[in-house]
Amino acid sequence: MELAVSEIRNYTLNFGPQHPAAHGVLRLVLEMDGEVIERADPHIGLLHRGTEKLAEHKTFVQAMPYMDRLDYVSMMCNEHAYVLATEKLLGVEVPLRAQYIRVMFDEITRILNHLLWIGAHALDVGAMTMFLYAFREREDLMDMYEAVTGARLHAAYYRPGGVYRDLPDTMAQYDTVNRSSEKARRLNENRQGSLLDYIEDFTRRFPGYCDDYETLLTDNRIWKQRLVGIGVVDPDRAKALGFTGPMLRGSGVAWDLRKMQPYEVYDRMDFEIPVGRTGDSYDRYLVRMEEMRQSNRIIQQCVNWLRVNPGLVMTDNAKIGPPLREAMKSNMESLIHHFKLFTEGMYVPEGEAYAAVEHPKGEFGIYMVSDGANKPYRMKIRAPGFAHLQALDEMAKGHMLADAVAIIGTMDIVFGEIDR
Amino acid sequence: MPLTAEALAERLQDTLGDLIANLTVALDEVTLEVDAANLMEAATQLRDAPELRFDTLIDLCGIDYLDYREGGESRFKDGLRFAAVIHLLSVRRNQRVRVRVFAPDTALPVVPSVHTLWPAANWYERECFDLFGIVFEGHPDMRRILTDYGFIGYPFRKDFPISGHVEMRYDPEQRRVIYQPVSIEPREVTPRIVRDESYGAGRV
Repeated sequence: MELAVSEIRNYTLNFGPQHPAAHGVLRLVLEMDGEVIERADPHIGLLHRGTEKLAEHKTFVQAMPYMDRLDYVSMMCNEHAYVLATEKLLGVEVPLRAQYIRVMFDEITRILNHLLWIGAHALDVGAMTMFLYAFREREDLMDMYEAVTGARLHAAYYRPGGVYRDLPDTMAQYDTVNRSSEKARRLNENRQGSLLDYIEDFTRRFPGYCDDYETLLTDNRIWKQRLVGIGVVDPDRAKALGFTGPMLRGSGVAWDLRKMQPYEVYDRMDFEIPVGRTGDSYDRYLVRMEEMRQSNRIIQQCVNWLRVNPGLVMTDNAKIGPPLREAMKSNMESLIHHFKLFTEGMYVPEGEAYAAVEHPKGEFGIYMVSDGANKPYRMKIRAPGFAHLQALDEMAKGHMLADAVAIIGTMDIVFGEIDR
Repeated sequence: MPLTAEALAERLQDTLGDLIANLTVALDEVTLEVDAANLMEAATQLRDAPELRFDTLIDLCGIDYLDYREGGESRFKDGLRFAAVIHLLSVRRNQRVRVRVFAPDTALPVVPSVHTLWPAANWYERECFDLFGIVFEGHPDMRRILTDYGFIGYPFRKDFPISGHVEMRYDPEQRRVIYQPVSIEPREVTPRIVRDESYGAGRV
């Protein structure tokens, strides 16, 4: 049979939005030449909630919990950028203890995020086991979240001027309702002390877990075949495309805001910045694995400091931080401040500020414009994933369809932040 | 160590000279304003001048200054409503700058596109067009990006209600999803108040 040339043509493939490898609601329109991708057109916005517009209609404190719902796997890092931008406009000093708590929880969040990333990435590429291991450790980390805020995901813990409350002295215990007393005792073993004891116990165990993950993946033949040489980006191109975080460091640029433009107490911390060489997916994997180990080191340093340095965790500026409960009951001034803060909210001086943090995914920034009111005039969220996903077309061009899934995985895409 | 904001502002003044419409330093940040007509020239300088080297476009967003200070006295009160704000970062020199460009025409806001200088601007400009209706001249693909297919209006403009104009529901009689005018009553729990500078002065 003869096949006319005109009959061989490219076809368009619709990938997602309901696809397990689409990491949420990504719709990709792929132009395929056989199994090779010619053009990838991501359609985003399926999770657009208009966070920035909603924030214009909420007071500065009320708008804060929206941040958790942006990148919903690294909640506290999002909050951090928001409070930094607000504090910059307010010109308020944050107590040192609150700064250490923030740094500690930023790093806990980084591990939380990278664990989800490695689990989902490995699952996309075909390794089921990683996902189960990663979620075992995420459970411990979310218990830390729960101990300090009462919520496992949407923490709403940071506040302009500090954090909501100090670290608790006790941990919640497992009961024996649906489990044997022997099992409950085993589960409660590391929960006998304070939250700091619990975190310290975790940091002692965690390097061993990282070794386990690396045993499963780093020299795994299938893993390397799927990642080495996939989605290569050279350093200059990475900068032009607006890459930040592990995506930029994977390409060999030693750029980390925690070192280059340190905020809070990162300049007192001892940690290294891992940098890749080839700029492919495998190097980005190695960078993120090492970042987890470094985060673990930072958490240990914070725990040691927090143990011996009690103090305030919220600014004593009455126009910004709420008064103590007892003061409110006995002191007229405090009662008025409390009433004003929770009905009208705080007034932020006119001006504009941009504050960025080294979020697990890259540079997460908040550009805040205030016109002197109790609500933001304009808030723009700079989400790292937005710039990364934009480069998908370039990174996936010429690769096979299955590699597109690996590239989406290596970007660490979460739609909450991209669509906002 | 990165430069101080003042030193960077001085350097910008030396390099860009007449291209600058306004240059301010506040809160350790440098804000540069340029006219839309000069944007391309200024942006090229910002990227390529050896002492500036802003190699990464971190963010580009729109602002609508319609209700700024509720129409009270402010420096944004000269009739120009829409601006695009670009945040640039120099990884090489470890410095940042903010560039604001007002669209000269409010009825049809047009600003030149910088995607040829920083490819990352592509989606940011699409987003800005989608949400504010600012058109970027020279952009290769000016489609909406975040809102729904077939959306009408520019939702982040200050005169666009927060509830929108239409809502969507499934209609069992027509057996399809339909759009209808919103049934939400507008309500504001905490009113927005702009205080004067002197409010509360003298009290602790």
